[in-house]
Amino acid sequence: MAYSGPSVFGAFDMVVWQLLALAVAAMALPVAVPWLGFVITVAIGKGLAALGVAMLLRGGLISIGHALYVAVGAYATAFLMLSVGMNELFLLLVCTTAITMASGLVIGAFMARYRAIFFAMLNLAISMVFFTLLSKLYNLTGGSDGMRVATPTVLGVTLDRTKFDLVLQFSAVALMVVVALLIDRYLKSPLGEALTAIHANEVRLEYLGVSARGVILAVYTISAALAGLGGAITAVAIGHVVPELSYWTASGQLVLIAVLGGISGVPGAFIGAFFFELVRTFAADFVPDAWNAIVGVALLIVIFFLPQGLYGLLQRVKMRKARL
Amino acid sequence: MFANYVPVIVDGLVDAALIFFVAVGLTLVFSVARVLNVAHGSFYALGAYLSVVIGMWLTGHGWIVASLAALLLSPILIAVALGPLIERTLLRWTYGRPEALQILVTFGLFLVLEDMQKLIFGVEPYSQDTAVQLFGVSHISGIVYPNYQLLLIVLAIMVGIGLRLMLRQTRIGKLIAAVVADQEMAQTIGIDVSRIFVLAFTLGVLLAALGGALASPMIGVAPGLGAEAIVLAFAVAAIGGLGQIEGAALAAILVGLTRASAIYWAPEFQPVVPYLVMVAVLLVRPYGLFGSVGLRRI
Amino acid sequence: MNPILSVRDLHISFGGVKAADGVDLDIYPHEFIAIIGPNGSGKTTFLNLCTGYIRPTRGSVIFEGRSITNQAPRTITRRGIARAFQIPQLFTGHSLIENVMLSVAAQHGIWQAFRPLAHEAYRKKACEVLDLMSLGDIAHGPTANMPEGLRKLTDIAIALALKPRLLLLDEPTSGVSTAEKFALMDTIVGVLRAEKVTALFVEHDMDVVERYADRVLVWDAGQVIAGGPPQEILCSSHVLERVIGIS
Repeated sequence: MAYSGPSVFGAFDMVVWQLLALAVAAMALPVAVPWLGFVITVAIGKGLAALGVAMLLRGGLISIGHALYVAVGAYATAFLMLSVGMNELFLLLVCTTAITMASGLVIGAFMARYRAIFFAMLNLAISMVFFTLLSKLYNLTGGSDGMRVATPTVLGVTLDRTKFDLVLQFSAVALMVVVALLIDRYLKSPLGEALTAIHANEVRLEYLGVSARGVILAVYTISAALAGLGGAITAVAIGHVVPELSYWTASGQLVLIAVLGGISGVPGAFIGAFFFELVRTFAADFVPDAWNAIVGVALLIVIFFLPQGLYGLLQRVKMRKARL
Repeated sequence: MFANYVPVIVDGLVDAALIFFVAVGLTLVFSVARVLNVAHGSFYALGAYLSVVIGMWLTGHGWIVASLAALLLSPILIAVALGPLIERTLLRWTYGRPEALQILVTFGLFLVLEDMQKLIFGVEPYSQDTAVQLFGVSHISGIVYPNYQLLLIVLAIMVGIGLRLMLRQTRIGKLIAAVVADQEMAQTIGIDVSRIFVLAFTLGVLLAALGGALASPMIGVAPGLGAEAIVLAFAVAAIGGLGQIEGAALAAILVGLTRASAIYWAPEFQPVVPYLVMVAVLLVRPYGLFGSVGLRRI
Repeated sequence: MNPILSVRDLHISFGGVKAADGVDLDIYPHEFIAIIGPNGSGKTTFLNLCTGYIRPTRGSVIFEGRSITNQAPRTITRRGIARAFQIPQLFTGHSLIENVMLSVAAQHGIWQAFRPLAHEAYRKKACEVLDLMSLGDIAHGPTANMPEGLRKLTDIAIALALKPRLLLLDEPTSGVSTAEKFALMDTIVGVLRAEKVTALFVEHDMDVVERYADRVLVWDAGQVIAGGPPQEILCSSHVLERVIGIS
C-alpha cells in the first residue's frame, strides 16, 4: 500500500520557480537602478555564506564564526592572484571554493565533537584567531590595510571594470541558482534530513547506526565551501580584502541574514541577503550611525513575529492562496 | 630569577582582574538563566563611557576626587536602568528556547545597544585617567606600577569573595543558588523564580558595567569596545566552564597571565592568546575546567 | 546452539549504587525474553550497557560471537541490535513516515546525498513497517504532539525498520492503555516471530510477561536473581516478594 499524503518533499519544482523568480529580480533591478548591480553581487556573496550558516542552523548548530570562511575565501582569492598569478575568474572561484572546503574539513573534524553553545564559541574563537593573524601578519596579509584584488580576466578576456562588474553580477546570479538547487537536493536527501534529526534527537540517530559527527562534518564542510565561494565573489566584487571580513560581528551578520530570510528553504538565505543589503544601502545614506540598530530591531521583530523568516512568510501567503 | 617574572605576574593579575569582572557577570547570568548573553559586552562599554563622561564633567567642575565616585556610580545607574528592563522584555522570552535563538535575540540587542552608544556618546574616542593620576605609583622590584592597577587586583579578589559569600551566606544568595541547582524544585517550594532572574541579570549587568568603568581610566574608550569585551568574556567563561564562578576566576587568571607573558615574548600575538587557551582547554575538557554534563535519560 | 548474546560479569555503579553487579546471561536465537524487577534494579541500565550508551567498568558483551563491549551505539546498531525506548525517542521535526524512512535510509547507508529521503525505495519499506504496526492511517501526520501510545508504536516501528536480529524493548506497554496492551503486544510479537527476530523486553505488567515471554529473567540490585519459564518464575514466592511486593 502506498500513501499519497501531502508530501513535504514534493516541493522541488516550487523551489526551482522561486529561485528563478529571485534570479530575474536580481538581474532586472540593476537595469532600472544601475548602481544596484554591485549591491546584488555582494548580496549573493553574503547569501551563499548565509546559506551555509542556515544549513548548520537546521542541525541546531549556531556558528558565530563562519565569517572565518568568507575571509579564507576572500584572502585565498587575493593570494591566488598575487602569488600564484591566477587571473581567470572562474578558475579562481573553483580553486578558492576547494581551498575553503579543505579548511572546513580540517576544522570541522574538530568542531563536530561539540554542540550548542560550545560549538558556537569554538567557531567564534577560531575565527577570532584568524582575524588577529590577518591583522598582525603585516608582511603577508598587509595587516589591517588588507590586500588589493585586481580585476580578473573572464575566459581569457580582459574586461574594463564596468563590463566586468556586469559579467560578475550575471555569474553570481547563475551560481546562486545552481548552488541553491544542489543544496536543495542535499537537504532533502537522508544526509540532509539527518540534520533536522540531530536537532530533534541525536541519541536516536546514533541508535539508527548513523554517526552524528559524520553528518555534522559533512554539513560543516559544505557550509565552509559555500562561505568561501561567497568570500571569493565578495573579494573580486569589492576589489579589496580586509581582516574585518572575519570579525565576529560579520559572523553574527551571517546568522542574522539566515534567520531573517528563514531556514526552512534554500531561497530564504538569499531573500535575507537581498533584504539586508538593500536596507543597509539605504540606511547608510539616511542614518549612518543607526543602521545596525535598524537591522537589530528587524531581527528581533522577525524572531518574535515571523519565526519562519521572510521565506516562511512567502510560503504562508502562498498556502493561503492555494486554500482559497 | 623570580624578580624577572614579577612584571609578568603583576601585569597578568591586573589583566585578570579586569577580565574577571565582565566574565563573572556573563557566567553568573548563564548559571541562573541558562542564556549566553551576546550583549553582555555592551554593558561593559556603556559602563566605560558613562563613567568617563561623568568623570570628565566632574573634573571639569573642579571636583577631581569626586570623579572617582563616577567609577562606582555609573555601573549602578546602568544596572538599574537597563537590567530589569531588558530582562523583563527580551531575555525572559528566550528562556528554555534553543541556544541558537537565545544567541540571536541577544545579538539583536547587541546591535541596538552598540548604535545607541554611538548615538549618545558619538564615535570619537574618549580618555580620562584622573583616577590613575590620583592614586600615584608604587615601586616593585625596581619597576613603577600605578597604584590604581594594584587596587584593581584587590577589588577583583574582593568582588570574587564577596560573590561567593553572598551566594553561600545571604538569604538572597541562597535563593539564587537554589534556582541554579534546580529551577523547577525552587519554584515548587515557593521561591519567586522570576524575581531571582531579574536580580541575577541586573547583578550581571552591574558586574559588566563595573568592569568597563574600572578599566576606563586605563584605556581609550571608543566604539568596538563592547564587541572586544564580549568575545574575551566568552573565552574566559568557556575555559572556566559556563556558569562556574570559581572557574571564571581561575580562567581569568590563566588568560591574564598568558596574555601578559605574550606581551613580553611575542607581543603581536597577544590578542590570540585567550582563544588559543580556550581551544586547548576545550580539546581536553569539552565543557571547560569546572563544567560537566550528565547523560540524558532514555 | 550458540547464544546470540552473551553477557559476562558485567559491572557498573553510579555514585555507590550498583546498577550491574556481575551480570551473566546467555540469550539464544528466536527467544522472547522478559526482564522483570523492582524499579532501580538496573533493567534499563542493562539495555544501556548492551547498546553502548554507557560503558561497563568490568565485564564483556558478546553478540553473535564477537565482542561489542565498549562499542558506540551506532556500531552496535550496525551489527544488528536495535532498541526501542521507555521514553519514545522520535525525530519530532519529521512526520511519522519520515521517521521510519530515516531508519530505512540509515540501514541502506545514509551517504547517498543525491537520492531524496522520499525516494520510492525508502518509502516502500517504510510503508511495509507502518502497515505491520497499523500506523498507515496517520503516516503523514506530525510526531511532535502525538499521544503517548502512538509515540510508543512509532518508536518501535523505527527500531523494526532497521531489520535487527536482536531487538531490545524497554517497557513496550507503558503508556499504553490496558485495553490496547495485548493488541500492541500481539502486533509486535507477530512481527518478531515472522521476521525471526530475537527479543528482550523489560516489562512491569505480569499479564504481558506471562502471555508472551518464553523465558523470564528477574533483576534485583544489579543482579539476575532468577530465570526460567514464566509459569515457574511467576509462581515463585521469592520472586513475587521482590518484584511485585506480595509476600
